[in-house]
Amino acid sequence: MSPALDILRPGPRTSLQDLGRVGLRAMGIPVAGAMDRIGLRLANALVGNPPGEGCLELTLSGPLVQVEADSVRIAVAGPARLTLTQADGARRMLAPDRSWRLVRGDRLEIGPINGSLVAYLAVEGGFAIAPVLGSLSTHLGAGLGPLGGRALETGMLPLRRNDAGPGPERILTRPLPYGDGPIRLVPGPQADAFTEDSLATLLSSPYTVGARSDRMGMRLEGPTLHHRAGADIASDGIVAGSIQVPGDGGPILLLADHQTTGGYAKIATAISADLPRLGRAVPGDRLVFRAVTIAEAEAARRAQEQAVQDCLDSLASIEESGRIDLAALYRAELISGVVTGDEEPVAPPEAETI
Amino acid sequence: MAPCRVTSLGDTAFNIDYGDAPDAGSRIAALNTAARAAHQRGELAGLVELVPTFRSLQILYDPLTTSRAEIEAALLALEAQTARTPPPPSRVWRLPVCYHETFAPDLAALAAATGLSPDAVIARHSAADYVVRMLGFLPGFAYLTGLDPALRLPRRSDPRPRVPAGSVAIADTMAAIYPSDSPGGWHLLGRCPLPLFDPAWSPPALLAAGDRVRFEPIDPDRFAALAATRPRLEPDLGR
Repeated sequence: MSPALDILRPGPRTSLQDLGRVGLRAMGIPVAGAMDRIGLRLANALVGNPPGEGCLELTLSGPLVQVEADSVRIAVAGPARLTLTQADGARRMLAPDRSWRLVRGDRLEIGPINGSLVAYLAVEGGFAIAPVLGSLSTHLGAGLGPLGGRALETGMLPLRRNDAGPGPERILTRPLPYGDGPIRLVPGPQADAFTEDSLATLLSSPYTVGARSDRMGMRLEGPTLHHRAGADIASDGIVAGSIQVPGDGGPILLLADHQTTGGYAKIATAISADLPRLGRAVPGDRLVFRAVTIAEAEAARRAQEQAVQDCLDSLASIEESGRIDLAALYRAELISGVVTGDEEPVAPPEAETI
Repeated sequence: MAPCRVTSLGDTAFNIDYGDAPDAGSRIAALNTAARAAHQRGELAGLVELVPTFRSLQILYDPLTTSRAEIEAALLALEAQTARTPPPPSRVWRLPVCYHETFAPDLAALAAATGLSPDAVIARHSAADYVVRMLGFLPGFAYLTGLDPALRLPRRSDPRPRVPAGSVAIADTMAAIYPSDSPGGWHLLGRCPLPLFDPAWSPPALLAAGDRVRFEPIDPDRFAALAATRPRLEPDLGR
């Protein structure tokens, strides 16, 4: 049988994603792709994949999978609870933000994700799934992408490799640069379609991430904004981060699955450096906004990219020898001191038993 | 010639916007063509995508490769050049449409609302010379201008949860063909038997901004024959 992950339970909203379907917007084809691109890149880096390899994006919680390959190296990036059940029935907790080598018959249950909407499951070598229009991203609304454009379902999800490569396992040793503080906005492209105090309201009032948010857009619950002369404009282009305001005055911050064009006035745009953080925001989270210039936004993005690169360059290799205490390792910052990067192939990892 | 203005979408995109200028469509098409050609020559480093819309050309860029200042200056220089050159020739598509009542659930109501006979509605709809101004809403969904003003009606007050793929529709000043099944509030007056979008094609959408479109009436037998084979249409090279 060809190597696969047997999806025993798909999880609430699991879909295949990569860095998006770029270059086809002029044909009305949405980009889709990871809500948190930093997380997707980390998951891939942990298993030695190219940064844009297709991963499973897990939302709120994750799937229950069984390994149907001789072995597979996996990593989950993001604060998810991972439980490994081995073929002999032994159960262990696995840490996220590092790689693990699983063997045939192992079951991995990915439980609730706490502190982020999404997390990413990468497999070394990637999934053996044909891209659609050059991408493994899934747009659920348009039904476009691999797996028939649908969310993950039960059944075999084929893998490119039947065996994990020689180790070492990799681990993230410093926090990713998601940033904190206010979400930064550049006013426009239609800020002038709103009353003068509307932009001030958006920049001075806290908003809450609404429950009716999805991959297409985040509803911002808070003070309503007012148009000078109606919400409708001649349809024009949208980007992830665009804040459009329909006639009811409730702003919607558009995310990965946004349509390419839209006919509602857009008061401002969240900067690209803050999109990964927005992609992780959970309904109920409180957001505060602040205006910046385009030059400041570009500088923030460059600084973030440098910091992401530093994180990915500094992934530490770990050689398994019995139990590891991640918290202690973090505290002692020993990780980077104990590796050479060219260790012998490692045995299946172990961790704390439940 | 009306001036254009630049509007911002954060640090990854901006619009060159022609507002209500009567020649907005041709200027957007010309700038789009020129910018694509420049990018293919290796210029405009950092350009990611170009999206023509009704009043503007959206330019998406990678802020890690270029800066807004740099790429905006390059696009505005191109704009100044293209404003002085004649627009490129457009492709012309002849799309078969069956206006039979089985495919035209709104034809009778359209006729009643416009004071025209159903045949007159069909005649006016199929006599017009349409221009694709933009694609959006759905993959391959093309917004066509050029609708006969006698057929101008607001969108339906009760949108349909499912409009079948191929439905030929009008609303306000626009005409369109739904490339896939979708919810929709436009008036349906016929159906095209040929696909307009297929992920297996390269490019996947039949129509592109700047193309011209004519609708050619066909009868249900011809519709059935075309629907059975679904040939990929080829455009005429018009002027």
